[in-house]
Amino acid sequence: MDPFIISTLASIVANAAPIIYASIGETLTEKAGVINLSLDGTILLTAMASFAVAYNTGSVLLGFLCAALIGALIAGIVALASIELEQEQVAVGFVLTLLAADLSSFLGNPYVNLAGPYLQQQPFPLLNRLPIVGDIFFNHNLAIYGSFAVILAAWWWMAKTQPGLRMRGVGERPESAFARGVNVFGVRYAYTLLGGALVGIGGATYSLVVKLGWSHNHTTGNGWIALAIVIFGGWDPWKVAGGAYLFGALRALGSALQRNPAFVNVPTQIFATAPFALMILFLALTSSGLTDRFLELFSPGTQRRLERLIRGRGPAALGKPFQRD
Amino acid sequence: MRIALENIHKAFGPVRANDGISLTLEPGGIHGLLGENGAGKTTLMKILSGYQAKDAGEIRVDGHPVNFASPAEAIAAGIGMLHQDPLDFPPITALENFLLGFDNRLIPKRREARQQLLSLAQRFDFPLDPEAPVERMTVGERQQLEILRLLALGAEVLILDEPTTGISAPQKVQLFATLRRLAKAEGKSIVFVSHKLEEVEALCDEVTVLRLGQVTGHEKMPVPLETLVRLMFGQSLALPDKTAVPLGETLLAARGLTIPGYRLTVTGGDLEVRAGEVIGFAGMEGSGQSLYLRALAGLLRPKTGSIRLAGEELVNRSYREFMARGISLLPADRLAEGLVRGLSLAEHFPLRRSTPFFIDWEANAAYTREQIAFFNIKGTPETPVEALSGGNQQRLLLALQPPDLRVLILEHPTRGLDMESTRWVWEQLLKRRNSGAAILFTSADLDEILTYSDRVVVFFNGEMLPPLPTPEVTVESLGYLVGGKRPTPSEAHET
Amino acid sequence: MKPERKFWQSALFWNVAPILAALLFTTLLMLAVGAPPLRAFVEILQGAFESPQKWADVAMAWTPLALIGAGMSLTFAAGLWNIGAEGQMILGAICATWVARNVTLPQPVLLGLIVLAGLAGGALWGLLTGSLKVYARVHEIFAGLGLNFIATALIIWLIFNPWKPERGATMSGTVPFPEAAWVPRLGNTRLAPLSVVLALIAVLAAYFLLKGTRFGLELRAMGKNLRAAFLQGIPTQRHTLVAFAICGALAGLAGALQATAVYHRLIPRISGGLGYTGMLVVILANYRPELIPAVAIFFAAIGVGSPRLELNLQLDASLGGVIEGTVVLFVLLGAGLRKRLGGARPPSTSEGS
Repeated sequence: MDPFIISTLASIVANAAPIIYASIGETLTEKAGVINLSLDGTILLTAMASFAVAYNTGSVLLGFLCAALIGALIAGIVALASIELEQEQVAVGFVLTLLAADLSSFLGNPYVNLAGPYLQQQPFPLLNRLPIVGDIFFNHNLAIYGSFAVILAAWWWMAKTQPGLRMRGVGERPESAFARGVNVFGVRYAYTLLGGALVGIGGATYSLVVKLGWSHNHTTGNGWIALAIVIFGGWDPWKVAGGAYLFGALRALGSALQRNPAFVNVPTQIFATAPFALMILFLALTSSGLTDRFLELFSPGTQRRLERLIRGRGPAALGKPFQRD
Repeated sequence: MRIALENIHKAFGPVRANDGISLTLEPGGIHGLLGENGAGKTTLMKILSGYQAKDAGEIRVDGHPVNFASPAEAIAAGIGMLHQDPLDFPPITALENFLLGFDNRLIPKRREARQQLLSLAQRFDFPLDPEAPVERMTVGERQQLEILRLLALGAEVLILDEPTTGISAPQKVQLFATLRRLAKAEGKSIVFVSHKLEEVEALCDEVTVLRLGQVTGHEKMPVPLETLVRLMFGQSLALPDKTAVPLGETLLAARGLTIPGYRLTVTGGDLEVRAGEVIGFAGMEGSGQSLYLRALAGLLRPKTGSIRLAGEELVNRSYREFMARGISLLPADRLAEGLVRGLSLAEHFPLRRSTPFFIDWEANAAYTREQIAFFNIKGTPETPVEALSGGNQQRLLLALQPPDLRVLILEHPTRGLDMESTRWVWEQLLKRRNSGAAILFTSADLDEILTYSDRVVVFFNGEMLPPLPTPEVTVESLGYLVGGKRPTPSEAHET
Repeated sequence: MKPERKFWQSALFWNVAPILAALLFTTLLMLAVGAPPLRAFVEILQGAFESPQKWADVAMAWTPLALIGAGMSLTFAAGLWNIGAEGQMILGAICATWVARNVTLPQPVLLGLIVLAGLAGGALWGLLTGSLKVYARVHEIFAGLGLNFIATALIIWLIFNPWKPERGATMSGTVPFPEAAWVPRLGNTRLAPLSVVLALIAVLAAYFLLKGTRFGLELRAMGKNLRAAFLQGIPTQRHTLVAFAICGALAGLAGALQATAVYHRLIPRISGGLGYTGMLVVILANYRPELIPAVAIFFAAIGVGSPRLELNLQLDASLGGVIEGTVVLFVLLGAGLRKRLGGARPPSTSEGS
């Protein structure tokens, strides 16, 4: 295979890692029934914080830990507001996303355009010697490998374990979960915090791996994209990951096309916005009446399977507070 | 296990749902808890099963006082409740529903659980597919799964809340057989909560009757029905007068409808509704009658077929055009679909009447007060609708209907309503019928269907049976038709 | 219920406490990074109010917030999140710019056309979001964001290509508009009274629309229970489109006024995050149109005063945004806390009685 293609694919895999962390984290949160709209701001703030911490202490690990903590903290505010105070999750999440973004600009000012530590490359022993696959997936660093692990872990946890089953129950029908002795609020807090921590790790992966350093609005809208990818992937870890890689591929395609002489007259902005616009278009298409009519061509059983593949259903109790009485 | 409830109190705001109830359940046997809707039966059992907290009083199990903070604690003590709408998880498979909350290890032993579920199912003769998602099962099947789950968790006391609502006659026969077996052969205690006298009479060994939050009596069966009636209502019943009314011309004609739904496609036969006619639609939940009626109301678009109102073809028009021509639907879920939670009574009226662009709030308030008086709604114009009781919400929904409706379609018009409200609702409906409207309604209560309908339409598995004139149908035969079977003469008398 | 309410249950306490808490939080934050809190607050206030020229700036910053807030009070009433206000502002500004550059007519007529162009451009962009929601079931948050991206791309392309100045394209935008297209200012100040008046009209109109008309009641019903609203016969799809169109139009007008009354040309950052700030205004005003004017002053003041932080204290101007966001957050949390502590319903935690 052409080495250029291999290196492009490898860079897609690497660049998608932050979005993988963020969208898988949000998938877990939403599967438990909570919407954390603060993703974009959280990624900005954690990217800045992890870089600042790593710069000041020299320790990339501390940077990642700090990012996870901050991510969990912000998500915790959403959970608190929603569970204890019964405020609308979307409103609180929106305010937090703006606030976190502004905080990242304000606190990050001294760190703009500085060169700092970053995560070293660590080829994965054995696996990186596989032809083609080895170069694409296993010649990166710990954070990227972590993103693979997170996809697998999320799937396994939800599909194969009891705690994961309980979490799904909480997201679908909290009254029934409560009747089975599940601590509904505890579960929601747990997965919101966990999801937030993963978002934080995603932010750290930006400033310490993918796009080193810090600048204002460093991660441009990637939080919103992660939210869209959760829906695009039907709240299923494998499909969500697929969406993240697809998005990365679209972006890489955009940059490649931009350099191509045939497209030199097309404004750069189109390439920047196209992937996002395409994802929205795809979401629009799959939920529209056209797809309804397409699905009707099949038998009911196949229809159901196709529908789950293309559309996916959100957890029934998503965004709704649970009241016991 | 001997259970004693002593002086239980529970109030929801000003409503005293349980007002000092004391009750003893002896081990073994089937104990009936009888009372009309709103008497407090479900609240009491929710307290016993740990789903709700009591305000005051004590619960003793075998003499020891207990305080359940959640249903999980109650089932650990051996008390399990089957709710009227079983508390399961619709998109999840039967096996996973069974597993959830069961086994608290990290990785469940799926194969063993599967075996356990299947062998339990076989023991009670329940047909269960462990891999089927629960949302594709009928209510009766979901109940069966839940009963098995509670038994597997070690329930010694099984509480069933209105279990016969919405299941077919064959399923009811099987349920009663199961309950008898659990009580007699396996020594469990069964609490059968119901508002249906005949069923309590047929099944229970003893009965406690509740009325308005208090115990009015405790009897060992058998006991004459009139005694139970007196304990339940404090007076004898008087049903509204359903005198025959000459039917007018055909108002609504539906032909060849096919309506695609999430679980099944409904194929409707032909139906002609005449002015002044009352038609009852019977069927288990999910059999298609709701889809059909919603298509008639213009809420769902049929794939094929025609709907003509007074000769005019309506089938591909919008919902608002159906409404404009005098077809109105009252949904079953009053707060989720019928009324707007958060708006007051007064704020609902401008939505239905023809109001000018600028609302005259003064005039509206006056009109609202008139309607409140006329329809006897317990509330003020400023009361938010979610604060109204079910009966008053239904009164408001009826008050919102325009006076000159031609076809009034109601889903479960008296569900959850006490006797007085039920009577009032039917009084209103019959009044409309007398002035030439047609009434189409579904109900899970076969008695209600037979009492008020001129004709009965049965749905099973998406198929509509040809309408039957009411005199040709009995409750028993209807119970079988709803389950998809034609009853043999002996089966028709078994319950 | 207790017959008399203690101080900590009064409305005054609950309205003021979150603001004080927010100020405390930001003070601690500034101390943590070694910035002087008191001086920072003073700089902002001075930057906003130290001279009549500055008051004029605050009024001009208030205008787009009030316009957008008025529009959003309608969309929020219907339960819709119009995150696309940024894009709608941009489109309004673009349309107004086209009129300013290409149409020569007497000033009153020209200004009228500019206003119409702003309304139309914004309405169109709002309708796009609404259509995506109604016909394709795309959530308005994503549709709005996507369209924001596209609008940003569009304006940058316009400024750097067909509308670029002869000397070369820069981030300062297009050449200034012909003076006829400038919204007249009051004397030597930067205040353009027409803008302020239009914004006030918008707020009043939104208020009366919501409180006193059938349309407003129907929007409110949609926001509280969309399904029931539909069943009661409300044309929910049509109303959704209309709400987005009106909100978009007002945002578009805000953009048009930014271009013709404030900057007198089209710049890439014509919307300047005001679409998002507008949402904060409405959230802080508890979605009530009558409170929007006062709340918008607060945000406008901070917006005008913050740049001085960079000049005089070397602090990033985003501190202003931090203050705004913190205030809204604490007010939201405070409202929830108040309900929880003083409400009739017991707190619904899973543990306990």
